[in-house]
Amino acid sequence: MSLHSSNLVPLPDIPALVFPALGDTLIMVGVTMAIVVVVGIPLGAIVHNLGPDGLFPHRVGHQVLSWVISVGRSLPFLVLMASIIPFTRLLTGTNIGIPAAVVPMSIAGIAFFTRIVENSLRSVPRDYAKVAIASGASTFQAIVTAQLAEAVPSIIGGLTINTIAMIEYSAIAGTIGAGGIGYVAVTYGYQRFDHAVMIATIVILIATVAATQLLGDRVARALTPASRDRRRSARAARVPVAA
Amino acid sequence: MPTPVIGVGPASAYRRRMIRLDQLSKVYGTAPDAVTVLDRLDLAVDTGRVFAVVGPSGAGKSTLAQCVTLLEKPTSGRVVVNGDDLTALGAQDLRVARRRIGTIFQQDGLFSRRTAADNVALPLQYLGVTKAETRARVAELLDRVGLADKAKHYPHQLSGGQRQRVGIARALALRPSVLLSDEATSGLDPDSTASIVRLLRELRDDLGLSILFITHEMDTVLQVADSVARLDHGRIVEQGELTALLRDPDSALGAQLRPERLALPATAGDRVWSVAYAGDVPGDWVLRLATRLDAPVALLGASVEQIDGAAIGRATLGIPQTVDEAGVDAALRELGLAVRGAAIPASAAAASAAADDAAAAASDIRDSDDLPELIGARP
Repeated sequence: MSLHSSNLVPLPDIPALVFPALGDTLIMVGVTMAIVVVVGIPLGAIVHNLGPDGLFPHRVGHQVLSWVISVGRSLPFLVLMASIIPFTRLLTGTNIGIPAAVVPMSIAGIAFFTRIVENSLRSVPRDYAKVAIASGASTFQAIVTAQLAEAVPSIIGGLTINTIAMIEYSAIAGTIGAGGIGYVAVTYGYQRFDHAVMIATIVILIATVAATQLLGDRVARALTPASRDRRRSARAARVPVAA
Repeated sequence: MPTPVIGVGPASAYRRRMIRLDQLSKVYGTAPDAVTVLDRLDLAVDTGRVFAVVGPSGAGKSTLAQCVTLLEKPTSGRVVVNGDDLTALGAQDLRVARRRIGTIFQQDGLFSRRTAADNVALPLQYLGVTKAETRARVAELLDRVGLADKAKHYPHQLSGGQRQRVGIARALALRPSVLLSDEATSGLDPDSTASIVRLLRELRDDLGLSILFITHEMDTVLQVADSVARLDHGRIVEQGELTALLRDPDSALGAQLRPERLALPATAGDRVWSVAYAGDVPGDWVLRLATRLDAPVALLGASVEQIDGAAIGRATLGIPQTVDEAGVDAALRELGLAVRGAAIPASAAAASAAADDAAAAASDIRDSDDLPELIGARP
């Protein structure tokens, strides 16, 4: 026990250790999510519209693309990360640190988000695209206005889930030296039995995930006219009671 | 100039046709599992007319609506709108042609995250009209459908009838010459339906629109249509002017449009007569008939309505069997009434009441699918 205690981080030093790590995590997740959104939304729209209910159904194309995404989704993140190290090095010139973590995280995230977008688009009434086409829209205009725009709250919800998954992945990426909160948890909490650091990282991770979820819910609700109204009327209904 | 079409009459007659469907077929799937939804269908809508297409569910009405704008590609045949053969157009030209057809959808098809004004603006936005112009046109359109004060409302804040009005405003955004209404009033309450129908007829008159009105509601057809066609199993089985169909005692479609109301049972010794008329029949014809026959005439059931300016009536009469049958027939015809079917003696009339019920059910085509069960359930 005394052997370990000598290695423990003194309590006052914990914030200095944990908060910069949180910053690294946020950068890793933020950059990853930016890439995920930019690639995942068009990809998800393409997959959906290649499908049987889409605007340009194509059986073979849909199956091939769908299969590629499923491969990306089916590998455990740790395996995916290890297996694409040559590719990561080719792209970033390194296989450690934040840039090296962003590559496998983006690939896993894109595969995840593409499915989320596809699923969100599937829940938009098919008639909307017909309305758009009958109103003189091009295929692109129909996808943007009748599918994506209508699916925004649902996509935001998926984006929240995806971001939280990426926070988790960033902890796994931490084990290959990417830094971040996960790295601190593993090296101090797991390898050195520093329970105080472990608890601090757990609290911070829970708080981060909870904050992300809250923000996602708020934004999704704000972008849904019907639920925005319900809130407003609920608030209006409360006022006379208070008065 | 429109390309000449085989089997079309003089050019002038051709030009009056706003929508023409020639031998239109739509087959889903491939043989041997192919399902033919539209079967070499022919149809023509004249300029400035409201043409209703009715039929039971599964008759192919929705497919027909979608084929007119080529949202569904017909398997064969031609769709000619305003002189353009849509089936021959490429994707780009088709987009241009579609802008001349305004479509009103079942359940309005409004985008839930856009306000009424933004929904009406959609076709203008697709076309690339400037913001200022769009705003002016949208205001004008919402005013036209009586919703100027609802511009900023979202669809969920509007009633069904109001939503459908927004849908109509959107359909009119690009000043189309043709309106296509696919079950636009289905699911609306009678008042909303009546106001939508009134609006459509006003628009027809003001803008010279040709309207293809697809519905399963016979009541609505009576209010809106100039001409009616009945679609069954992918083909037009009967069509004609609304008033002519209603006037024709032998028309099955006419009978369906005016479901028979149950008449009172006749007294014993009477014979039951069913008559129909349209237009030139004196208002006091029952009294005149009784005077002419010098016999009591019992009015067992009747309905009179004004359809497109003409009085359309039906009646069930009980006349004593002692009166000469041929004499009654002649007197009725003299008054301008058409006799429907044969006169039935009262005893047989009571026995056939059950059969009449079944026939009434059959005449309401919405229920025609249930007919076998109805008959089977009868003891």
